[in-house]
Amino acid sequence: MKLFIWLLGFFMLAVSCKQKPVNLQRIEGKQIPISSEIVRDSNIMAVVSPYKEELESKMSAILAYAPTDFYKDDDDKTETSIGNFMADLCYKHGNFIFNKKTKKNIDFVLLNYGGIRAGISKGDVTTRSAYEVMPFENNMVVVELTYQKIQDLLAYLAISKKAHPISKQLHISFKDNNIKSALLNGKNFDKNKTYFVLTSDYLQNGGNHMNFFKEPLSLTNLDYKIRKAILDELEEIDTIKAKEDGRVIRK
Amino acid sequence: MDRRKFIQQSGATAAFIGIGSLSLQSFNKNSAKHITILHTNDVHSHIEPFAANDKLYANMGGVARRASLIHSIRKENPNTLLFDAGDMFLVTPYFNFYGGELEFKLMSMMGYDAATIGNHDFDNGIDGLYRQLPHAQFDLLSANYDFKNTVLDTHVKPYKIFLKNGIKVGVFGLGIELDGLVDNKLYKETKYNDPVAVAQDMSRILNKEEDCDLVICLSHLGYNYKINSNKISDLKLASLTKGIDLIIGGHTHTFLKKPTVTKNSIGKNMLINQVGWGGINLGRIDYYFDRETKGANGTTIIV
Repeated sequence: MKLFIWLLGFFMLAVSCKQKPVNLQRIEGKQIPISSEIVRDSNIMAVVSPYKEELESKMSAILAYAPTDFYKDDDDKTETSIGNFMADLCYKHGNFIFNKKTKKNIDFVLLNYGGIRAGISKGDVTTRSAYEVMPFENNMVVVELTYQKIQDLLAYLAISKKAHPISKQLHISFKDNNIKSALLNGKNFDKNKTYFVLTSDYLQNGGNHMNFFKEPLSLTNLDYKIRKAILDELEEIDTIKAKEDGRVIRK
Repeated sequence: MDRRKFIQQSGATAAFIGIGSLSLQSFNKNSAKHITILHTNDVHSHIEPFAANDKLYANMGGVARRASLIHSIRKENPNTLLFDAGDMFLVTPYFNFYGGELEFKLMSMMGYDAATIGNHDFDNGIDGLYRQLPHAQFDLLSANYDFKNTVLDTHVKPYKIFLKNGIKVGVFGLGIELDGLVDNKLYKETKYNDPVAVAQDMSRILNKEEDCDLVICLSHLGYNYKINSNKISDLKLASLTKGIDLIIGGHTHTFLKKPTVTKNSIGKNMLINQVGWGGINLGRIDYYFDRETKGANGTTIIV
């Protein structure tokens, strides 16, 4: 009798369910690490090989030396050594071009944390390193901002809590989500002045919701890739000396 | 770790046998069907393994190894499908120098069946992606990007149905909102439509009209957003829709210890999986079907 009710139950369920010819019985899910024990497929290797050789010759040139690891691996930081390295080299090389073009100087640089895609490991720094740090094809642009837009920029940084790279001309101190002080070359921003900020074309176009970069008073495209600036800097210097220097503090 | 997994598995199998004793009589080997789903996400042009001095992933990954693994799984079960959840491009010089050509060639060699489009797949512009299409012998799927006013018009399908050993597998793609994430100059007139509404529509079409046995979503929405909890994610999408069996995710580079079992809008179990990034892992989901309709047993999920 019990069995009969059970069977009836099955029957009713079968009728009421969608009539599919198959019934899903079991699902098994997992992930398999692609570890070095797996033998490489020779057909794939043969196709990759000519590309790899051409790249190797281009990418393995040693340009500089890293005395330590430069990583952007800490989300709680207000600044990172690699971010400072990037922002300062963008200032140096970007301002050289901007000054030639306009006879004016950049006030500071702001990039985005996510734009640094890899660290630089201790040891020889190669052309490849520059491509890893900056795989994007972004160009440098300089925007002229009003005092109010500068305030928007600072407010954005206060809330975002990410170690967005800032060049050494700017020193910011946050308390909670507010700006305690923001000094450009040791001075407060002036309500009656406008400021030249170097950033990437990606951010200027509203990337990362840095909307204060949209519709600036003036816009100068330097036609100079950020990655090219890294390569130029690495060729100029022997050793990467960047460090965290307290330019951004959060209390 | 391994021991625990074994115990978990044997426990689950025992439960399955216990509940299923009635239908077991009609269960024979010839009528059972087995579909294997393999997947990657955010491979980001990592054609070679990570360098030996890499801090986190030394010697992991590499296409040549992934190809061997896929090949051996296909030998074991020819009824295997292989998908990617987007961001195939960018991060290594292979992309800077060759624009994605090699990535697509190798994915074709490995027998990828479909991929969805990630935000970084627009990095050489929509024209840059279009130029690489001749190298891709697999479909790009996106149901919520409207490419009508772009060069990709008619080249990207919303969904595709794969028939493997009599099992109908419906697969559709979902892309992330591009505004603020990708330079507008790159994606041009690509229109982003609400992924939830689109997913519900896709699920209806694939379940009701196409009568699929399995419905899979290739999503580049991201696994979960803790800070911006309003933002649509795979976990959110799962809870807001029904009729999707598996979400293969990407974008957030999430390493899950095991696939997430979660409930859809009507409380039915489904899976979400994402396998980190850079080709470090291959995701594998196996579906076992019984030819007989004894629908009351439910499904055993072992992760």
